[in-house]
Amino acid sequence: MSHTRLFAKLLLQQSGVRHCYTGTRKNLYITKNSKVICQGFTGKQGTFHSQQALDYGSQLVGGVSPGKGGKTHLGLPVFNSVVEAKEGTGADATVIYVPPPFAAAAIIEAIDAEIPLVVCITEGIPQQDMVRVKHKLLRQSNTRLIGPNCPGVINPGECKIGIMPGHIHKKGRIGIVSRSGTLTYEAVHQTTQVGLGQSLCVGIGGDPFNGTNFIDCLEVFLQDPKTDGIILIGEIGGNAEENAAEYLKQHNTGANAKPVVSFIAGLTAPPGRRMGHAGAIIAGGKGGAKEKIAALQSAGVVVSMSPAQLGSTMFKEFEKRNSPMWRWMRPTGSAYPDYYNSETHTLCSCPCFCHDLVPCTRR
Amino acid sequence: MLATSLLFLLRFHANMATSMASQAAARGLRAASFRHLFLDKVKCTTVSPRRWLNLQEYQSKKLMQESGVAVQRFYVADSASEALKAAKRLNAKEIVLKAQILAGGRGKGVFDSGLKGGVHLTKDPAVVGELAKKMLGFNLTTKQTPKDGVKVKTVMVAEALDISRETYFAILMDRSCNGPVMVGSPQGGMDIEEVAASTPELIFKEIIDIFEGVRDDQALRMAANLGFKGPLQRQAADQIKRLYDLFLKVDATQVEVNPLGETPEGQVVCFDAKINFDDNAEFRQKAVFAMDDMTESDPTEMEAAKWDLKYIGLDGNIACFVNGAGLAMATCDIIDLHGGKPANFLDLGGGVKERQVYEAFKLLTADPKVEAILVNIFGGIVNCAIIANGITKACRELELKVPLVVRLEGTNVTEAKRILTESGLPITAAENLDDAARKAVAAIKKE
Repeated sequence: MSHTRLFAKLLLQQSGVRHCYTGTRKNLYITKNSKVICQGFTGKQGTFHSQQALDYGSQLVGGVSPGKGGKTHLGLPVFNSVVEAKEGTGADATVIYVPPPFAAAAIIEAIDAEIPLVVCITEGIPQQDMVRVKHKLLRQSNTRLIGPNCPGVINPGECKIGIMPGHIHKKGRIGIVSRSGTLTYEAVHQTTQVGLGQSLCVGIGGDPFNGTNFIDCLEVFLQDPKTDGIILIGEIGGNAEENAAEYLKQHNTGANAKPVVSFIAGLTAPPGRRMGHAGAIIAGGKGGAKEKIAALQSAGVVVSMSPAQLGSTMFKEFEKRNSPMWRWMRPTGSAYPDYYNSETHTLCSCPCFCHDLVPCTRR
Repeated sequence: MLATSLLFLLRFHANMATSMASQAAARGLRAASFRHLFLDKVKCTTVSPRRWLNLQEYQSKKLMQESGVAVQRFYVADSASEALKAAKRLNAKEIVLKAQILAGGRGKGVFDSGLKGGVHLTKDPAVVGELAKKMLGFNLTTKQTPKDGVKVKTVMVAEALDISRETYFAILMDRSCNGPVMVGSPQGGMDIEEVAASTPELIFKEIIDIFEGVRDDQALRMAANLGFKGPLQRQAADQIKRLYDLFLKVDATQVEVNPLGETPEGQVVCFDAKINFDDNAEFRQKAVFAMDDMTESDPTEMEAAKWDLKYIGLDGNIACFVNGAGLAMATCDIIDLHGGKPANFLDLGGGVKERQVYEAFKLLTADPKVEAILVNIFGGIVNCAIIANGITKACRELELKVPLVVRLEGTNVTEAKRILTESGLPITAAENLDDAARKAVAAIKKE
């Protein structure tokens, strides 16, 4: 009897329950219509980054700071709880800048209020707390969590939720998903410089128990008509990259496969030493960079050995696929010239590579 | 879909079929499970936030005692007379005397007093006193200590118990199961990786629901799987539950008991345990973290921890100074790609202040191995101007003697670049990550 219950429960744990949370993947795709509130609104981090978000043009509509409800901060209403904030503003996303001892409770409050997207920036939440959060998260289908310990998510030009520097981004065609914060900025910077730009950038963060993984983002990117290519940035420890490779093998093959470029940090890290994120500590496989690179390559991913070649590698992938149409689909009004010569690493505004900044008459 | 069709099958078939199916599932789970085990024994690369909390054996055992876990009776002594008193107080048939150092391999170690072996068994308390005299204050060298060994300041005087059977038991937070998992094997005491590789059917796993805790049936089943029979099964199940309580109480990420042993007198005892703690829980585990003994750690790493910097020394000669763990690792990778050798991994973190930048620079320049310094900052939360100010101050006060290559990008970068150029210091500016790595490697070759 107990065998049956155990088996059923385990099945439910492994597939049935995940199906209900995986339905929230679509909430990752923020847009200019996303209404965001900030938990920890009146704190130092909350205030600084909320002002940055407003400067970027995100639709920040209010914030939560228990005990300060009714006041105004940065010209926006402050509420005592997430439920009140949701009712008062119609918010569909929240960003959490609450210190570690209280952050897990803040996430749970947002889940209880059924906010569609929760982005938790906080680094240093105890693992046990996040295990409890995740238990709750996986058994519901309204709220999607990104993080914790992550830089956030950005749809360039439309909405920025998090701490990433907005000005390095450019509206474009590449979806970026990463476990690391600052390494993401490298990929963004490079894809902006080669003129490709980004459709959506998701920092999933470095903690072992978090709300969104590579596969969640890959599904969104593969189904998104505005995303033509994907950059996946991983690092040593755990087996998230191996799982992602398996997913790509099943869902991204054949003529319509989107190019995926990847970089795995930590190839030169000595074994047995701990170097940075709490999250990269085991859980399946040896967690080494070599194994991850091999797994991704077997799924058709182009793995760059240098973190400085992500933009150029992606550009080359598009060139290889020989699709001239995609050049014309690029957004206009970009600050950068449109054509990139991968041999000479030069940019030009017209395909003849005459190096003028305006299209020449020879076209 | 798969879930519902299988459940459908289960309802309409005999118990025979269901138990076979569940056995198959369990086997599948077990096959997947042993990959997730034995974190520090597997040579896997891992990453951590702040520092690696190290507890002495007696400290771990004290924590276990406080949670009602059965361990050998013991006292701790820091002088030979104390050790003698403790041995007499124990009033045990046989006594085990263990030098307390963090490194392993104590049994086969050697003291610079001439005494061989960091672990000794004796029936005579007087002998305990004599041996302790040759341990305390002397250096014990083992395979895992530095060449000169480690000074022994404490010894553990414990009741020696016979072990008739050894099992392996661990509880850890497992990512693929999204929570705590119990793992055990009736083949304890020896290299558990061997067991996992050669006889995986001897590895048993129970997934624990964080809100439910360890259920009675789970504890009893694990105890049975570990080979405890009759009244011992209940005893072992009780110990298992207490270990889980300890696991939660101290915010452990892993509690590994090897061996969880059975004595001829019919007792279930934890003979040794290794506990890994969640650094993120430090704010609410002050008592545990206060026990942290950092005397056996690398002095530079200790100094870095003092300033909340994540620093790990490596073998090379190009020092790195980066914000963000991923970017820091990537910087070491790209230096290697361009033919250089990184001297360290250093992650400044997001909320870094000018003082920390200064102290970090001090650490890097104090390292005699360092022949060039590469600063790679991509500021999101980090304000580049703060980095620039910290660097210029450090360079002036510390009389920088090695080439310095700086690559800055992100928040407030224009102001930062201005600060650096106006400082008049011999700083090589780099445009991007590639450029920075190339210049750093070239700077070494020029010397």
